[in-house]
Amino acid sequence: MQIGMLKIYILMMICISLHADVWNNPHSKEQSASNTLFTSFSLPPKRLDPVISYNVNEWAFISQIYEPPLQYNYIQRPYRLEPLTLTHMPTIRYLNKAHQEVEENDEEVAFSEYRLTLRDDVMYQDHPAFVKDVKGDLLYGALSEEALGKIDTLNDFEKQGTRHLKAEDYAYAIKRMGVRANHSPILDSMQTYIVGLKAYTDRLNTIAKEKKKKGERLDLRNYDIEGVKVIDEKTLLIEIKGKYPQFLYWLSMNFFAPIPWEADLFYQQKGLVTKNLTLNWFPVGTGAYYLAENNPNKQMRLLKNPHFHEERYPASDSEDAGKKLPFIDEVIYSLEKESIPLWNKFLQGYYDASGISSEAFDQAVQISSSGSMGLSKEMQQKDISLMGSVQPSIFYLAFNMVDPIVGGYSDEAKKLRQAISIAINEEEYISIFMNERGIAAQDVIPPGIFGHEEGEEGTNKVVYDWIDGKRVRKSLAVAKKLLAEAGYPNGISKKTGKPLKLYYDTTATGPDDRALMDWYRKQFDALGIQLVIRATDYNRFQDKVRKGKAQLFSWGWNADYPDPENFLFLLYGANASVDTNGAGINSSNYKNPLFDTLFEKMKTMKNSPERMEIIRQMIQISREDAPWVWGVHPKSLALSHAWYRNVVPNAMANNTLKYKRIDAPLRVKKQQEWNQPVIKPLYFIGLFILLLIFALRYIYRNRQNRVILQEEREC
Amino acid sequence: MLAYIIKRILYAIPILIGVNLITFMLFFMVNSPDDMARAQLGAKQVTPELIQSWKEERGYDKPLFINSKEEGLSKVTHTLFVQESLKLFSFDFGFSDSNRDIGADIKVRMIPSLSIALPTFIIALITNISLALLLVLFRGSLLDTSMMVVAVMIMSISGLFYIIAGQVLFSKIWHWVPISGYESGWDGVKFILLPIFIGVFAGIGSGVRWYRSIFLEQINQDYVRTARAKGLSEIKVLFGHVLRNGMLPILTGVVVIIPSLFMGSLIMESFFGIPGLGSYTIDAINSQDFAIVKAMVFLGSVLYIVGLILTDISYTLFDPRVKL
Repeated sequence: MQIGMLKIYILMMICISLHADVWNNPHSKEQSASNTLFTSFSLPPKRLDPVISYNVNEWAFISQIYEPPLQYNYIQRPYRLEPLTLTHMPTIRYLNKAHQEVEENDEEVAFSEYRLTLRDDVMYQDHPAFVKDVKGDLLYGALSEEALGKIDTLNDFEKQGTRHLKAEDYAYAIKRMGVRANHSPILDSMQTYIVGLKAYTDRLNTIAKEKKKKGERLDLRNYDIEGVKVIDEKTLLIEIKGKYPQFLYWLSMNFFAPIPWEADLFYQQKGLVTKNLTLNWFPVGTGAYYLAENNPNKQMRLLKNPHFHEERYPASDSEDAGKKLPFIDEVIYSLEKESIPLWNKFLQGYYDASGISSEAFDQAVQISSSGSMGLSKEMQQKDISLMGSVQPSIFYLAFNMVDPIVGGYSDEAKKLRQAISIAINEEEYISIFMNERGIAAQDVIPPGIFGHEEGEEGTNKVVYDWIDGKRVRKSLAVAKKLLAEAGYPNGISKKTGKPLKLYYDTTATGPDDRALMDWYRKQFDALGIQLVIRATDYNRFQDKVRKGKAQLFSWGWNADYPDPENFLFLLYGANASVDTNGAGINSSNYKNPLFDTLFEKMKTMKNSPERMEIIRQMIQISREDAPWVWGVHPKSLALSHAWYRNVVPNAMANNTLKYKRIDAPLRVKKQQEWNQPVIKPLYFIGLFILLLIFALRYIYRNRQNRVILQEEREC
Repeated sequence: MLAYIIKRILYAIPILIGVNLITFMLFFMVNSPDDMARAQLGAKQVTPELIQSWKEERGYDKPLFINSKEEGLSKVTHTLFVQESLKLFSFDFGFSDSNRDIGADIKVRMIPSLSIALPTFIIALITNISLALLLVLFRGSLLDTSMMVVAVMIMSISGLFYIIAGQVLFSKIWHWVPISGYESGWDGVKFILLPIFIGVFAGIGSGVRWYRSIFLEQINQDYVRTARAKGLSEIKVLFGHVLRNGMLPILTGVVVIIPSLFMGSLIMESFFGIPGLGSYTIDAINSQDFAIVKAMVFLGSVLYIVGLILTDISYTLFDPRVKL
């Protein structure tokens, strides 16, 4: 028996040694060798309906599938819009109240009319919703119970069809946005701009409810919006109240992606809804890719849309210049909730790109004595590239301006806030808590957005001095002087004689956050101010901020579009949270009449020296008032393998997959090189088990024999 | 026995109502419907109108337990609690807050959960019982003592450590298996090896100690002495007599777990990227999706009650003296 087991062991070990392939590849051999991109997502998407989704994680998918009229140029900076499904940028006519054309700068401008002219080569992906029978009716428009019984996925439909993009599809998308039951997050803001949208929503509210009650489908082709007109198959007019140049940016977002009426009616069928086959989960678009597999709990798979229209790689200095898009045939997104497996799979070459989590930062990045970032040796050996860019975002510490202590516009209140702004050392914060992944903000506008300035002009002179061509944070002595002038010498209130105590509301309640909270306390302590941390859950925190009950709190904002208006409106008085039942985005409730007047003027202006001058004034006012400690503009860092090409950081564009390229043979070669199984431990484990079995068998036999001999002796 | 089962099912109804009531109270104590709407609709551009429409759509505009606007019985029936509970008792789990059919999702996600939980359960049971019998065979020896020390050590270390250490050792350093992922069918075997191994290993300490104590109780019984007196080898005594008689207390702990296997493992699924019901529940809690949370708590309670009934029934099968 021992010999037999030994033979089996030797045979197994020989087989294992001869097996040359890698064992830990999560993808199949064929997939790894194909023109497929492997990437991950950390949160399952909740909705893929373009009219509802307002989340970066979800846009990562739907932006590859849907095509709004405009897109951001992939390469050019500053960010520039360009036509995507249009023949040219929308033409804009300005109209007075009587709907007569006037000049752009005419004071009588009451409406702006956007004319969108569609390309004629844009087609939808194949989908059963488009299939028609001989009579011209939708083949799968009214599925019987019997037919539904055979359907579990879209692949179960025998036939698929396609059609050209029409102007009515864009109109239909706006109509869907107008239905309150669809919960479009931009409906309320769009109602203030698109002519007739509010009336349409009010009308449709009742109709939609009745239809739902009766179990009938809602065909939006039967209801029109006054300001949205389909002129012909390829021309659409959208009428906007007044002037709103930022509307062009909205036209690059998925909210304005086309929805074919056939798909909407198809997915409204009850039998499909109960099988989770809805427009919310199975998009129908004209983009470079279509969703071939939708399993938000495991994997999302995109395949190249065979009907994708003509589009070429935009960079002139690249080897791919002028080549037809998209380059990649298939994209597999796998759900990775934990950072450790994600990071290790990237290092093993099974993911083509990765962000850098704080746990992996030291392994991936080394910071030189001069503060510049570079790749660690391990990453360099693997030929990994590092891409970094400052995000159009801001994370700030807000003072509640309606608070009796830190709020208000008196000189004393301003000086108190200015003193705190100096004392909170953002550079130290970035170094300790962000691994240098950020830059200290000087005002509300981040780099890359019109209105942001570098150098001395862009320096917040309330907090910094400009010395020898460098920004130097003002000393604590200056902060203490300001504090004394504010009525709190050494942090003691002149009025009450008691130490100044401030309250910081935060959701950072975990043990990992203790260091950060201690750091905040230390910053305030340097001024003699006692900081009380009020830890709370996120719901309560939001509620307090909305109702203006928090004194100090941290908050953030990511750009919707690259326009200064999208940041300056965070300080616009009419958006104050307390005055808008929590809906406003001015969470610090800052209101300065001069700032507001300038904002209203700047808002509708095109980027120009005049606009720049107004922005400068607004920034100066806000720096003096200091409603925020300006905080940080975060830097994003991303790693990519040598076989992943055409990776250009672009914080505004989401439909960037079509530009990327994969060198699959190189990937396979590297995967083989990096992942050869280590077999030695297997030999030892096998040998150990074998020896253990022999030893136990021997001991047991000896024991049994001893018992028998003992019994024999006793007999 | 049928009467007993019916009686137990009837007992289960008030228990389930109670569980449901507590779930409602606990959930709505920390999350208001407005908070839920905000969590679902995102942080930007959420207006009161949007929140109201979201609540209306999902019935969260109704009062929780008492509807003061209604008259008579409707005061109680036209409430969120009663309307949602009634649906649950008919196993209609409705739609999640992100508009997915929960019943369909549960059906799909049950399989990945089972593909890990079931083999782990069976292999762990066999391994633990075999090791316990081995220790009983060598009781009092150096092997027995050292294995007990190792068992206590295994028990003392957090399961999370085994997961991370397992991923690092077997995937990162030795490159034996993928670090995480899931596939259905034979292609998926490579993904489930490591979670199963870790699941089995992490449970060895407590399992072996427990089964060993059960078998040691049996080893000095008269019937064992009789079996030895008949000249049976120690192995035959252990497997033929001790194991069979030790099955009753083992059943108590084991059968009750079987239905809960459907619910999956919260941490394991999250770390290994397994799209099962464990991660479904965790995701729902994180995203304040009450519809899923209440469905999963309800399902968990039902399965636990089923487990208890099955345990009682299994007694009668293994011990003829027990009558229901």
